[in-house]
Amino acid sequence: MSRPRVNIAVTGLNAVDSPGPGVPVIRGLHEALSFEANVTGLAYEALEPGIYMDGLVNKSYLIPYPTEGIDSLRDRLLYIHQKEHLDVIIPNFDAELFSFMKLAPELEQHGIHMFLPTLDQFEERQKANLSAFGKKHGIDVPESLTIHSLSELEKTVKSMDFPLMIKGRYYEAYIAHTLEQAKGYYAKISAKWGVPVIVQKFVKGTELNVTGLGDGSGQTIAAVAMRKQFITDKGKAWAGITINDPDLLKITRNFISSTHWRGAFELEIMKSDNGKCYLMEINPRIPAWVYLAIATGQNIPEALVNLALGKPVSPYESYEVGKLFIRYSYDMIVERNNFEQLSVNGEFKQI
Amino acid sequence: MTRKEYERPLIRKLETGMPGKFGMRNDLNPKTHIDEVAVSDLVRKYGSPLFVFSEETIVQTLNKAKRAFTTRYPRVQFAWSYKTNYLDSICRIFHREGAWAEVVSGFEYEKALNNQVDGKKIIFNGPDKSREDLQMAIKNDSLIHIDHLDELYELVDLAGELNSKPKVAIRINLDTGIYPQWDRFGFNLENGQAWDAINKIMHSGKLELTGLHCHIGTFISSTGAYGIAAAKLAQLAIDIRNKYKFAIKYLDLGGGFVSRNTLKGSYLPGPDVNPTFDDYAEAIATSLHNSGFETQELPLLILETGRALIDEAGYLISTVLANKRLASGSRSTVIDAGVNLLFTSFWYDHKILPAQPFSQYFEETLLCGPLCMNIDVIRNSINLPLLKKGERIVIFSTGAYNITQWMQFITMRPAVVLISSSGEPHVIRKREGRDNPGLMEQIPGFLELNK
Amino acid sequence: MEPSLIKDIALSDSGFIFNPVTGESFTVNPIGVGILNQLRLGKARQEILDQLVVEFQVDLEQAERDLMDFLNLLKHFRLVSSNE
Repeated sequence: MSRPRVNIAVTGLNAVDSPGPGVPVIRGLHEALSFEANVTGLAYEALEPGIYMDGLVNKSYLIPYPTEGIDSLRDRLLYIHQKEHLDVIIPNFDAELFSFMKLAPELEQHGIHMFLPTLDQFEERQKANLSAFGKKHGIDVPESLTIHSLSELEKTVKSMDFPLMIKGRYYEAYIAHTLEQAKGYYAKISAKWGVPVIVQKFVKGTELNVTGLGDGSGQTIAAVAMRKQFITDKGKAWAGITINDPDLLKITRNFISSTHWRGAFELEIMKSDNGKCYLMEINPRIPAWVYLAIATGQNIPEALVNLALGKPVSPYESYEVGKLFIRYSYDMIVERNNFEQLSVNGEFKQI
Repeated sequence: MTRKEYERPLIRKLETGMPGKFGMRNDLNPKTHIDEVAVSDLVRKYGSPLFVFSEETIVQTLNKAKRAFTTRYPRVQFAWSYKTNYLDSICRIFHREGAWAEVVSGFEYEKALNNQVDGKKIIFNGPDKSREDLQMAIKNDSLIHIDHLDELYELVDLAGELNSKPKVAIRINLDTGIYPQWDRFGFNLENGQAWDAINKIMHSGKLELTGLHCHIGTFISSTGAYGIAAAKLAQLAIDIRNKYKFAIKYLDLGGGFVSRNTLKGSYLPGPDVNPTFDDYAEAIATSLHNSGFETQELPLLILETGRALIDEAGYLISTVLANKRLASGSRSTVIDAGVNLLFTSFWYDHKILPAQPFSQYFEETLLCGPLCMNIDVIRNSINLPLLKKGERIVIFSTGAYNITQWMQFITMRPAVVLISSSGEPHVIRKREGRDNPGLMEQIPGFLELNK
Repeated sequence: MEPSLIKDIALSDSGFIFNPVTGESFTVNPIGVGILNQLRLGKARQEILDQLVVEFQVDLEQAERDLMDFLNLLKHFRLVSSNE
């Protein structure tokens, strides 16, 4: 029986040193057994490598940044839909998720499916809300407080022991060993990202990651754990290995069943030296290292597309442990003409 | 040979990290008309810059707000916040549509009376009410919201003097989990100040405690905070009932709802992320229904939202004075409306569209006002199509606070036009003349000039 | 002095410009493409201006201002050399 053809648009083609997940996601789609993927690339910049990679995407389109507003994004997506007859879109950036979630019902009416977390899930897992999230779902998170002023910082610090993590609400984190350092980081972060600033107990241990997929009813469809082997100066894994840590998988299953998580995610977990696991962060999307999960037996992008299409998906039960991914960079040679087409017309078809 | 349509020649450097605007379809349409009236006609008739208000939008917005609340809660009353926009014509539209008046000074109070608002439907808020103001409010049986103890004592005193029992509410400040907490107005709930005030009122026997009031902040995008505020006020009302066997008649949740504007520094545009009236209503009504009131004893819910009701109804039309190329190579466009008129451009990235058709070629522009002041910037960086001198732009969502906080500075304040629901433009405030600023001046004799 | 387009500029009809000396890329709108082509032919500022007024619905004053701005930008981007 021939596999059905599915038209899928994917963002995050920026396979650069702090990579978006688009390219590995598309590799997974091309390896899917249950369908034949016809992939359209959605790019914000004309230099995103995935646009020009051989055999990766059929055609690429520039789309407006989320800052342009939902209306611009909708218009652009519907224009692309007219030409490509999209069945599924897989957005891969944190910053764009909100806009896609807002558009989801409308796109659904046009026959475009997505499989994203709900707005409530998206909000609840925000860094500043992590403490409340941990309490509500019975998941250990490092003790943390959100603060809005220097005087609050001084008060807070009295009740917590150094070292402490001082974190911005979206990005940036520093370890502070003294009150003076904490004040310095507070000033730096609040100036850049505003308040609140999060003060979190520093957990010493090993950082581990899990990527997975929840079906929205509490069932775990996929879960693969990985330990980073090498981290770039931007904090991204450049190499990692699959591990079988029952504690991690237990937390992941708890997380999914308790939140009824819908869609893909990545958990950042710190395992302390005495073996206790703390959930540090929840990223509501596929991580850039997802190809390791695909190659070890859990094709998360394929399962996600099937869930989006409303097809029954049976959970993955296992994966190969002890397999490594090692990222590498590769210099493609691109004709100027290709870059020109995308820059001028906003779309580019590989020949 | 017919000559081709002209547009400015433009070149743009392709840089990574910049949105790829070129070649993208651009579906933005020019704002050529406001409520069917051509922008060009408005400027020809009333000059530029020009504030324009749409009666239709005011009524529609108020109806949207009413619908959001009345479908979720049985008893709702809006009170028009005068300080947000106290042009009499604007106030009268709100009053005609059923809104009470919410005022914060003797001046605003008299304005409300002048707009024939029934004294019983005037809410008198704020820290600054003179003894004479309070006397006037007591005589008119208005709702006086007490801000501090000094005012409470003065009211008790006045009640004796005037031999009447003033209707009062107390302004409460409370912790709703948002920052900053507005604790400089009213009495704090958590530290017991609120109860002190309530006990004093009840024991005095001279004042009638009719309501509880809070106002948690401004441009509050967290609907949850309103849920918490409503729950806490409701609990306080229930505690008062239990202690004094006395029913509070209304809870006034104040204002602070966001409009569609985009705050500076916000990553996503306002219309995408800002809560709607339905979102606020859901949070507030759910809290009140869950608060332990019997259905028949649910108090009246008063809302004093200003900005969210008027911002979208106001436009500022402005004209391009000049285009410049800055030393950095980027473009700057100078328009005839500055921050002296558009105070809100200090904290919003106002949406701006040209009033005439334009091409798909946009350029990053620094949009400056006409003042000879470096701070006179309307938008720091906005993608605008190519504009020629004399062309017009329309600045959106300028209806709240600009008309009350604008200042006469270097240039005169422009006219304000109201487009009625029937589509007729009417001047509701005349353009100031050059002798206006001098009207209040006096010259001492030694500076008199010889004629 | 008259502006002259630097050598070897690649200019496509779609409005894409590549400067092989600096490696920079640019996009121009159609009227800009027209002006660049004229420059390439060695036309003088005044000739280009006259051509603009004939070809487009624009008065001389407006066209002159815009052309000056455009040429300044070309200079800013080091696409023309001008010996002024």
